[in-house]
Amino acid sequence: MRRLIYILPLVLFVVLAGYFAVGLTRDPSVVPSALIDKPVPEFALPPLLNDGKGLATSDLKGQVQLVNVFASWCVPCRVEHPVLMRLAREQGVTVKAINYKDKPEDAVRWLNQGGNPYAAIGADQDGTVSIDWGVYGVPETYVIDAEGRIRYKVVGPVMPDEVERTILPLIRELQG
Amino acid sequence: MRAHLRTSLAALLLSLSLALPALAVQPDEVLKDPAMEARAREISKELRCLVCQNQSIDDSNAPLARDLRVLVRQRLVAGDDNSGVLEYVTARYGDYVLLRPPFKASTYVLWIGPAVVLLLGGIGAALFLRGRQRAVAGGETAAPLTPEERQRLDRLLREDT
Repeated sequence: MRRLIYILPLVLFVVLAGYFAVGLTRDPSVVPSALIDKPVPEFALPPLLNDGKGLATSDLKGQVQLVNVFASWCVPCRVEHPVLMRLAREQGVTVKAINYKDKPEDAVRWLNQGGNPYAAIGADQDGTVSIDWGVYGVPETYVIDAEGRIRYKVVGPVMPDEVERTILPLIRELQG
Repeated sequence: MRAHLRTSLAALLLSLSLALPALAVQPDEVLKDPAMEARAREISKELRCLVCQNQSIDDSNAPLARDLRVLVRQRLVAGDDNSGVLEYVTARYGDYVLLRPPFKASTYVLWIGPAVVLLLGGIGAALFLRGRQRAVAGGETAAPLTPEERQRLDRLLREDT
């Protein structure tokens, strides 16, 4: 009994050290999404391009797809752009987009330069729809299942290793 | 001379005004109703700016913080009470957006942990002190000197005189 009391501080220390050690491995800049496994928010955005295809809640049902939030002024978006192009062209993944607080002419010029991987683009000029999505910085990318629920969220640019490790396997799994 | 004085006074006032902390809330955001504006400020201080993370949206200059301040005011104008506004934002950004974390199962360690550690430490200290006190009270004293030690002590005392 006495010995137990002497060991207790050590046990307490080990437990606390373990608790904090786990905390240190997490990236504090990544905010966990509150919307995982929830249906996409109710929204309707006008089209960015003159093709008439905006983006609304009903467009995100019926197939597994990605929604990418981007802006032409966003530097990391340039990094992920080729990755999204390959996802759309080579892997046949449907990628739709929310264009966040952008000037339409800038966004169009940017897509003309780098290519357009998006099946549809909604223009969120004042950023209110993006707030409904829980966006806190561009780029962010969401994996949407066939029922229109958010299943996964990437904060920051989509990088090739994350595509291989997480996104493609998840898409294949959701497609069943 | 007077003109000179006036310019230096103006310069002084300008530098003083620059020394004031920049207010993040912009004039165009402020609501007309002062009571409602006060509530908006109160709520803003509770909400974390997700871009800068260690500031509230009330003192952050990030564009998203501004958008959220405007949103808070829109919700108030729409008739939400304070907790309704906080719920609205939490539904989108999760509990992380609250600078004061809620008291629930996943945060019990956060809220109660320090008190538990303090309590355990206190119990430990109390047990230790009581044990020592009991030892003293029970007449438990140091072992008596051995003959050699006694001799050495005597010698030292004699040398002294």
